[in-house]
Amino acid sequence: MAENAATTHSGTPGTVTKRDFLQLVALAGAGIGAGAIAWPLIDSMNPSADVLAVSSVEVELAPIETGSGITVMWQGKPIFVRHRTAKEIKEAEDVKMSELIEPQPDSARVKPGHAQWIVVIGICTHLGCIPLGNKPTDPRGEWGGWFCPCHGSQYDTSGRVRHGPAPLNLHLPPYAFESDTKIKLG
Amino acid sequence: MAGLNKSSFTNPVVNWIDTRLPVFTMMQKEYGKFPTPKNFNYMWNFGALAMINLLIMIITGIFLAMNYQPNTQLAFNSVQHIMRDVNYGWLIRYVHQNGASMFFIVTYIHIFRGMYYGSYKAPRELLWMIGVVILLLMMATAFMGYVLPWGQMSYWGATVITNLFSAFPVVGQPIVTWLWGGFAVADPTLNRFFSLHYLLPFVLLGVVFLHVAALHVVGSNNPLGIDVKTPQDTVPFHPYYTVKDSVGICVFLLVFALLVFFMPNLLGDPNNFIPANPLQTPPDIVPEWYFLPFYAILRSVPNKLGGVCMMFGSILVLFVLPWLDTSPVRSARFRPVFRVLIWVWVASVIGLGMVGAHPPTGIWVVLGRVCTIYYFFHFLVLLPILGKMERTLPLPESISRPVISGNSGGGGGLPSGAAARPMEKA
Amino acid sequence: MMRTILRGVAAGALVALGLWTAPARAQDAPVPPQQVWSFDGPFGTFDMAAAQRGFQVYSQVCANCHSMDQLHYRDLSGIGLSAAQIKAIAAAVQVPVGVDDQGAPKLGPGTPASMFRAPFATVDAARNALGAAPPDLSVIVNAREYHANYIYGILTGFRDPPPGFKLQPGLYYNEYFPGHQIHMPQPLHGNDVTYADGTPARLGQEAHDVVTFLTWAANPEMVERKQIGVRVVLFLALMGGLTYAVKRRLWANVDH
Repeated sequence: MAENAATTHSGTPGTVTKRDFLQLVALAGAGIGAGAIAWPLIDSMNPSADVLAVSSVEVELAPIETGSGITVMWQGKPIFVRHRTAKEIKEAEDVKMSELIEPQPDSARVKPGHAQWIVVIGICTHLGCIPLGNKPTDPRGEWGGWFCPCHGSQYDTSGRVRHGPAPLNLHLPPYAFESDTKIKLG
Repeated sequence: MAGLNKSSFTNPVVNWIDTRLPVFTMMQKEYGKFPTPKNFNYMWNFGALAMINLLIMIITGIFLAMNYQPNTQLAFNSVQHIMRDVNYGWLIRYVHQNGASMFFIVTYIHIFRGMYYGSYKAPRELLWMIGVVILLLMMATAFMGYVLPWGQMSYWGATVITNLFSAFPVVGQPIVTWLWGGFAVADPTLNRFFSLHYLLPFVLLGVVFLHVAALHVVGSNNPLGIDVKTPQDTVPFHPYYTVKDSVGICVFLLVFALLVFFMPNLLGDPNNFIPANPLQTPPDIVPEWYFLPFYAILRSVPNKLGGVCMMFGSILVLFVLPWLDTSPVRSARFRPVFRVLIWVWVASVIGLGMVGAHPPTGIWVVLGRVCTIYYFFHFLVLLPILGKMERTLPLPESISRPVISGNSGGGGGLPSGAAARPMEKA
Repeated sequence: MMRTILRGVAAGALVALGLWTAPARAQDAPVPPQQVWSFDGPFGTFDMAAAQRGFQVYSQVCANCHSMDQLHYRDLSGIGLSAAQIKAIAAAVQVPVGVDDQGAPKLGPGTPASMFRAPFATVDAARNALGAAPPDLSVIVNAREYHANYIYGILTGFRDPPPGFKLQPGLYYNEYFPGHQIHMPQPLHGNDVTYADGTPARLGQEAHDVVTFLTWAANPEMVERKQIGVRVVLFLALMGGLTYAVKRRLWANVDH
């Protein structure tokens, strides 16, 4: 269909510019509006208030005997908390960096003054299995830490990988000591 | 390469796509250059508004479904969870909740416009009938959606409305049991209503596509109700009506926003804040406002089956409206009697709405019956007779004629003989 | 013509909406008087001090029978309580915390993530103990006609039955309860609590405070909603004007 004869003339050039400017502003406004509409929808898929409310967990350390560990759930992940013996601490601190797959001193993996407590995310950095070693009956592997049954990765008492195929040390969750016998995860 | 589309787009990417899949050519034809009568008033905004509203409902619904639990033990609490804990969940839900009301307001005005300007008449009968299908789908979707929050009105609304089918002899009760998936409204019912409530809007979208496709075959009606005769009668859809529709969209969103942000529960029922209790019926069971006229028709008929039939009939009668209205003139502007009667009919619908909101006692019973009778009298008796009796006003020669008359060649003024047969192609 | 139609349609729609949504009541009860609330109107907010006092009334009086299952202690940040206050409030109540070694339900101190402690384990337990199940108060303000004014009316509406009124045994006369016979004995008499901020705990004050708290509990998003709403409405009004200007200029050259 041909253009309407009545609409082919568009007034003086001046009005065209002004109309174009108005259109530009209106379009920009519509863009802002669309963005403002999109954000609540996108944000609704972020963790909701009830999920966030349990995103930090407090753990009582007092019941954990020296040399043993417990597993707690935090944000849907198992967290290994182990009370290390003096011998284990010394071994972990004395390891030469050159022997490690991902070199990291033990001091960087515990909180200052709380070297007896090692807290790691209990997920093997290879393919996501849960390593054994937190229960008294579990095998702990050659380095006395954790042993992953899936592909034989082994971790030391600092949670550092000592034997492949895992490429990285066990990750550390964010946590802080609320008191000497209580930590807060997250 | 015979199959390739010859694209006139200069952008190489657009051109490449368009030669293989001419979506851009189609969009250009249907929404760009599409010749549209230039004399629309703002009543012609409501189709676009309904389309926008459908999209708003689908989008907010998808996000609500991410957090909703279609289980009788969890449904009520999951809605509260959306309102309290999900980020902007209250906003998404209030938009969806009030969007249903906005959808019906917009659609009812859209339907009224079609009736006032005779948009259902030849050659747009099928376009109109597809529209009635859309209305039915909307009603089914809205009804099932209202059940999902699992409040008292949800539960009892579902019970009462599904029980309507029990009015049919022999097959009635088995149908109701089948609808419920049990012997009362319960988990299976809620689950299937959720499934269908999610499905039907997409069916609706498909039927809306057919509605638009049919519209683009026959072209739009216009306030004069006469056919487009020359290119002077039209303007391209874009930018003229895209911009005009945008004005309407802003006003629509403004009203919508006032509801959502300042009175989100104005159109809701307090009883739906009480979790569903199968052992206790609320004192007054009232459907959502947009169903009240039909609910009133149901209650106005003293016979159960009769009431159900009249209620469904009040919508089904719209399917045959193109043939009930025998007048050759489309627009009410040129039908002095119809122009009054259509408002009387609107008054009867509003009267029915008021009746539906009140307990059926005293004056409301009488009013309900009078309005019900008039509702059908209008369609089944007045319209067929009126088409034969009414002296219509003379029609203008063309859409551009009344405007340009006087300054261009050819008669000027309205030729009195033009009233005759506007639907015959010039 | 177009304007007349539009006006007609708009008026019709308004009348329809107004009348259709006009509340229909089967049982007549006097309309509770309109009170002055901090949350009234498009700019109204919650009076935090009143809501906090109201929470005290709820915890010390109402919570003996009424649950608020939709609320968690963490939500109390919405009435201006600090994280430490919330933690202390939660820790002071015993809530179900999973099961013990034998698999039996175990109680322990609450955390901010805990649900409000429910006075009865189930609705049936409440009904058996009290003769009628007290409604959950989480959304009670939204769940009753006249909303805040109604709850205030109920709390302050206990009277001696008028002469000749047949009161069933075990029920109490209330001015604003539909049918006037309510299972709940008068819960507030004045001085039921001692407010930390020194506000005299008259009956009207207590009722006003607890209704403020309950209105917040039912609509915790209200303040944010209204604030966003004002911005949205201004934006849309601006966009409407702008679009209308574009439309006017665009159509200026078309005879129509």
